[in-house]
Amino acid sequence: MSTAKANLETLPLGLRIALAIGLLALAAFPFVGTDFYTQMVARMMILAIFAMSLDLIQGVTGLVSLGHAAFFGLAGYALAFASPQDTPVSLWWSLPLAAAASGLAALVIGFFVVRTHGIYFIMVTMAFAQMVFFLFFDNKVLGGSDGIYINFKPQAGLFDLEDKRVFYWFTLAVLVLVYLFLRRLLFSPFGRALAGIRVNEHRMRAMGFGTFGYKLAAFTLAGALAGLAGYLWGAQTGFVNPELMGFQMSAHAIMMVILGGMGNFAGAIVGAFAFEYLLHVFKDVPTIGTFDGGKHWQLWMGLFIVLVVTFAPRGLLGVLERLLRRKDKA
Amino acid sequence: MSEALLSARGLTKRFGGLAAVNDVTLDLWRERIHAVIGPNGAGKSTLTNLLSGDLPPTSGTVTLSGRDVTSRSPERISRAGLGRSYQKTNIFLPFTVWENIRLAAQSRTPHALRVLVGAAGLREANARAERALELAGLQARRDHVAGAASHGEQRQLEVAMALATDPQVLLLDEPLAGMGTAEAERMVDLLLRLKKAHAMMLVEHDMDAVFALADHLTVMVNGQVIASGMPAQVRADAAVQSAYLGEDAHG
Repeated sequence: MSTAKANLETLPLGLRIALAIGLLALAAFPFVGTDFYTQMVARMMILAIFAMSLDLIQGVTGLVSLGHAAFFGLAGYALAFASPQDTPVSLWWSLPLAAAASGLAALVIGFFVVRTHGIYFIMVTMAFAQMVFFLFFDNKVLGGSDGIYINFKPQAGLFDLEDKRVFYWFTLAVLVLVYLFLRRLLFSPFGRALAGIRVNEHRMRAMGFGTFGYKLAAFTLAGALAGLAGYLWGAQTGFVNPELMGFQMSAHAIMMVILGGMGNFAGAIVGAFAFEYLLHVFKDVPTIGTFDGGKHWQLWMGLFIVLVVTFAPRGLLGVLERLLRRKDKA
Repeated sequence: MSEALLSARGLTKRFGGLAAVNDVTLDLWRERIHAVIGPNGAGKSTLTNLLSGDLPPTSGTVTLSGRDVTSRSPERISRAGLGRSYQKTNIFLPFTVWENIRLAAQSRTPHALRVLVGAAGLREANARAERALELAGLQARRDHVAGAASHGEQRQLEVAMALATDPQVLLLDEPLAGMGTAEAERMVDLLLRLKKAHAMMLVEHDMDAVFALADHLTVMVNGQVIASGMPAQVRADAAVQSAYLGEDAHG
């Protein structure tokens, strides 16, 4: 198989065991955690799904999008519009609908943006996302700057998503399914072609690959998966606003993927958890003199990411892999 | 004489006022090696890029197996049966030698958008890749990272990747560049073997290789063809002697 070293595509046994332990810990968490923390970890899992969806285009295909949150937010809005004021909406049609809405938007936007390369791709994705943002921000019918409330969690029939633990486990199940699907995809002909595009798109075309179609398919799929995450976000918080589609949200997702390690999806999960955890830690930095350390959490986050990128270009997952390997030898 | 698999007629490429390739007409026949030589800047690589679709021509036409492919995208020309290698090694450096070739072979498998099957299990592509690996003599390097392979091996890999797409027409842009004597001999052997099943254009500076391989020789200077024909005739051509073959290449 391919050995794109920087990407750590093939996860060594040690890492796989560590991930399995992490999964067990996540599954058991609601038994020990309070409601507050159960909700917080569910939120981290939702962001992990979002980060994985971005990793498909950023880490695997090599397309850095600064507008990925548009598809995250759109699905949240899709849930809000599908939900009646006084009764819950069915999970079974609203979830596919929301993901499809995001996927469709990604298909349309992707049709224009995947023609561009490098810095232009970054700029055009950002521009499109800003258009979507202001479409919702400036239109009262679409909720405007205040956003829209979702009064009930979607109804599943078989289980009750209003129960915080059930919602948590449902989110975990989606996380695991998306992860397994993307890992499988990574080593499929489609995934290998996307990796080839990242490394050398010119040669891919010379060998007969219609790279436009591949990139558009990846962009669309990434949009639909971001939609899954956005739907869960809207369902959990019971509220959507344009911020969900904003520039910051897109930038945070990029940082999560870089922080955890790109191109293998496990890194995106680790990155999302680390980012959210650090966010809480850094927001609690005390005030020293007149300098409010907590308010300026982005300063500490920025420093931390600079350190990781400088000293551990394969991200936190790469660091973990190195630690496990060293222990093996000892 | 068998029919021409690839024909270029009046091919011209202008960059601003400069005609890098000027009114070039040439044919590539099955089982024949057509060598293109000329000093640096003569337009040989530009010509290759025009034929492969990497660059669109300013004017002129290219037909491949009877179909007009002028100004088509490189991926469509590739799928129409043309394979090429690059003068500057243009491979997937972080991938293994095998994955480089396998990926090339995968481009010819139908339904490439399948996402739930393993790429390593595509039998047809594997067989094609295995053949190309063997032809290029890279079996021993199979699982090595391409970026760590020697220069000569990377040149062999270039050719193997072109072969793995099962082309009818092969455009090889200086496959011997920077190779040692032993490696160059191997490559010449390989090209002779490939001749049987392909129409081939060979851009090359190594005159010994050119005269050992070429069935047809075209000489370009300043974007124009100054002579074309059997190698012995071209060698004797006065214009060629003074313009190119003269001192530096044959002295």
